[in-house]
Amino acid sequence: MNDRSSWPLWEVFLRSRRGLSHQHVGSLHAPDWEMAVQNARDLYTRRGEGVSIWVVESAAIHASDPDDRGPLFDPPADKVYRHPTFYKVPEDLKL
Amino acid sequence: MSTAVVAASDRYQYALYLGDDCLILSHRLAELAAHAPEFEEDVALSNLALDLLGQARTLLAYAGLVEAAGRDEDDLAYGRDDREFRNLLLVEQPNWDFAHTIVRQLFFASYQLPLYQLLADSQDPTLAGVAAKGAKEASYHRDHARLWTLRLGDGTEESHSRMETAVGALWPFTGELFQADPITQRLVAAGIAADPAALELVWRDQIDQTFAEATLERPVELGVRQGGRSGLHSEHLGHILSEMQHLHRSHPLATW
Repeated sequence: MNDRSSWPLWEVFLRSRRGLSHQHVGSLHAPDWEMAVQNARDLYTRRGEGVSIWVVESAAIHASDPDDRGPLFDPPADKVYRHPTFYKVPEDLKL
Repeated sequence: MSTAVVAASDRYQYALYLGDDCLILSHRLAELAAHAPEFEEDVALSNLALDLLGQARTLLAYAGLVEAAGRDEDDLAYGRDDREFRNLLLVEQPNWDFAHTIVRQLFFASYQLPLYQLLADSQDPTLAGVAAKGAKEASYHRDHARLWTLRLGDGTEESHSRMETAVGALWPFTGELFQADPITQRLVAAGIAADPAALELVWRDQIDQTFAEATLERPVELGVRQGGRSGLHSEHLGHILSEMQHLHRSHPLATW
């Protein structure tokens, strides 16, 4: 039981009362998904933060490589026409 | 609505039964803060303890009100000696092992959930209110204990054998949950208390189901350990109280 490596890591996603989608809130250790949901309830929803919990085994998440940040994310920034910057906002529109 | 005339002393005792169970079990669970097998479980057990403490406060405050001797919830929690506590022997049993903690939780929460469900219809509005709110908490407590029981009972050889040991050690204390003493009987007749016989049926059914799934067996009945409701406790309660009451008794009236 003290061998933490035997308990996988889980990522926790919560949907708040008025939220439309689940947001990542943190991670925890648990032996299986049911216990992960239970632990998530105790760690992340005790003050009414959420109405729905998702847990995903961290090992099931594939992430982009931080070294690829340039090739992946820089090019779109060069193309100004991709951003809605050429519109005039009507004067009486309140943002 | 016809309500039989009920002695205030009966109401007071019954509020102590319920409140002391919550208070003492809460303290037992709080002992595990920072000592559970995993950080996540530390938080889970502390949450259970806080739920129970909240219930204990309301119930003991109510007991003080009914007693009408000017005692509040703190006086009752910190000012009574072990013979004046009315909690079940089950809830004062120590956390020998995580399996003991879980089996104690399973036995108690499987009792408290149907208890609160019945009490939600009590003729006593305060008890009905505490019970309606507490039933949601008890339901979570039972699920928590049930999930662990399934995993440990039907887990490794080691976890199974520890669960068997805990079940064997704690089973004799379960008979007391359904003891129908005269106070409880009078209050059941008045529609205030929950009927222990009805609770026992639900409880046995729940435990049988969970044990079957967890590959655990009911031990042979070797007699019932009881005495908590009349103040005759196991040696463990005194130790709990000395720790719990020490500060209050050394520094009466101290505040933060």
